[in-house]
Amino acid sequence: MTEQATTLTSAAAVRGPLAMEAISVSKDFKIGRGQTLHAVRDVSFNLYRGAVVALVGESGSGKSTAARLLAGQERLTSGAIKLDGKPVEVTSRGDFRRYKSQVQYVFQDPFSSLNPVHTVQYHLERPLKLHHGKSANTDTEVAALMEQVRLTPANHFLVKYPHELSGGQRQRVSFARALAARPTVLLADEPVSMLDVSIRLEMLNLLDDLRKRLSLAMLYITHDIASARYFADEILVMYAGEIVERGPAEEVTQQPAHPYTQLLVASSPDPDNLGSALRRGANGTRRQGPQLTRTPERAATAGCPFSPRCPLAEDRCREEDPPLLPITATRGAACWRLDVAAPELIPGLPGGGSTTNN
Amino acid sequence: MTADPGRAPVPVAASPVAAQDAVLEIRDLSVVYRTPGGDVRAVDKVNLSLAPGEVVGLCGESGSGKSTLVYGASRLLRAPALITSGTVIYSGRRVTKPADVLRMRPDELQRLRWREIAIVFQSAMNALNPVLNVRDQLLDVIHAHLRIPRDEARERAASLLDLVGIPRSRLRSYPHELSGGMRQRVMIAMALATDPEVVIMDEPTTALDVVVQRDILAQIVELKERLGFSIMFITHDLSLLLELADRIAVMYAGQLLEIGTASEIHREPSHPYTKGLLNSFPSLRGPRRDLTGIPGSPPDLRDPPPGCPFLPRCAYGTSACEEVDMHLLPVATSKDPDHVTACPFVLPGTPVPDRPGTRQEPAGEPAA
Repeated sequence: MTEQATTLTSAAAVRGPLAMEAISVSKDFKIGRGQTLHAVRDVSFNLYRGAVVALVGESGSGKSTAARLLAGQERLTSGAIKLDGKPVEVTSRGDFRRYKSQVQYVFQDPFSSLNPVHTVQYHLERPLKLHHGKSANTDTEVAALMEQVRLTPANHFLVKYPHELSGGQRQRVSFARALAARPTVLLADEPVSMLDVSIRLEMLNLLDDLRKRLSLAMLYITHDIASARYFADEILVMYAGEIVERGPAEEVTQQPAHPYTQLLVASSPDPDNLGSALRRGANGTRRQGPQLTRTPERAATAGCPFSPRCPLAEDRCREEDPPLLPITATRGAACWRLDVAAPELIPGLPGGGSTTNN
Repeated sequence: MTADPGRAPVPVAASPVAAQDAVLEIRDLSVVYRTPGGDVRAVDKVNLSLAPGEVVGLCGESGSGKSTLVYGASRLLRAPALITSGTVIYSGRRVTKPADVLRMRPDELQRLRWREIAIVFQSAMNALNPVLNVRDQLLDVIHAHLRIPRDEARERAASLLDLVGIPRSRLRSYPHELSGGMRQRVMIAMALATDPEVVIMDEPTTALDVVVQRDILAQIVELKERLGFSIMFITHDLSLLLELADRIAVMYAGQLLEIGTASEIHREPSHPYTKGLLNSFPSLRGPRRDLTGIPGSPPDLRDPPPGCPFLPRCAYGTSACEEVDMHLLPVATSKDPDHVTACPFVLPGTPVPDRPGTRQEPAGEPAA
């Protein structure tokens, strides 16, 4: 899988220099009675300065665990992480702090990630002092951070406590707090999913603006593949701890190759499809039968993890886990049955290779 | 439900518009929250009806009053919430006479609840009792609201699980042993336990993955067709409602801003807020559009601004908006007289003024 993955070029690579590499990263959790949960299995991807890579998947797919591994909050079971070309080795508290000043994490829930007993000012001053020592111009730096996340006038907000802020304002504070360390890599774990629809877009636009201005390498974790289409350069689709498909955001969402990505795309609300399959209920012509999503609570232990839910699964899928095979230079999918799942993407088949020139 | 001679239920004749058709009719409902800092006008003179077999989507952001409206209408609110005006007429098939829910005695209310109007709550993990298994929770509901023998109740509990596609072997499972989707299905089964006429669904799928969400929604629609209940569906996700609902009511700052069929709302959104909402979610299909979202945040309802509550965020706003009555009037260009909007100035085709995101002030007046 690693070999194939390295032959793929990330669609995000055109944006800027390489910032961070995850190389065959795995994470197992012991869940008692000798059982092991493979939360992340042999995952490789790169983050580039000024580019957004989206990690898309359902709850339990391992996307947050992957981000926590990058953030240094979990130990790798195997694999390696490189930052600016150097392997990351965190052996002391000092190492960890130096690492954290480059790699910052934004949490999903702005309601629980801020300390209710501290003001906004405290939330921003603390990381500044931790990562850059005491300096005379902390106040100016705090004001600059507030400016960056557009919480102005700064003086009005600095004295407030989290409960006095709206959800959007709180999330702006978490962005500012992450930026206080002056990181090169920002790991954003569902940064907008707790916010109202009308505010989400503003937040994503703000993140996009910060990415451009500060040339941040960003990992955007989401279950909303539609927002990844707009926000990310490259999309990685995770299922049961594995990357099952990756490629340029527009290509993955418009012509999904892997059956799971196809299911994900087909399940997203489609306002342009009034009177859709949904309104016709179970009698509608849904591409996948309803039993597909209802059955397994656990991914397959052998073979392709998606095989128990996959309408195209055959014996080989249940026995052998497919590697992530390249489709084009920037695109890959882990599926034995790509010729059936996405014939138009396979060069050499009738009508195949249509996206290779995109 | 037996009519009470002492407290005459509001007769149906008092209704202005074809209330005979509606199974639930909310009229002029206002709810405030009493706080030391003054009353918060959470719901302000709202009119909304639900026809038999209809799916009405109620859409709004957090704090818009959508849940307060529906909980107020089903008398589930308690202090500091206070219903200050309105009637809620329920006229289901099983009741002999339409009655006002807001003026029912406790025993009448007891017969109405669950038997006639059931609710699926948002957070299945919190709404289910963690120390009771699925069967006991279903039996609890059945015995509280239906007088049927124990055996029959058990059979009913099992068949309810069949209904929502959960294997009967799960009857003895506890909530923590179920996946999020299964828990939400149990919630739906519980709501349907007494064969209600109206099912209120408060963000039933918000915490779920898209794949599971779609599956559950398809099942809700299927059950609705089969059992013939009506649905009031509350969500902040307008894109979901466009696919699911027959009619959509858009709520903002305690007031309804626009009501129309899903296709009217989708193709000919009239109110600037609805237009903004439609331009707030990234679409997966079709060309990539430039998305604008809605800058700003909702007003403080302790001291609502005069006129239209959306004015501070509105790209079309003028000073005339400060004096507008928030009445829902038919959209002038629409063929459908039931497509109504609270904005008398903006029509579906009205172009956004030159400076998007800023209010256009007539010359000579200071900008707000």
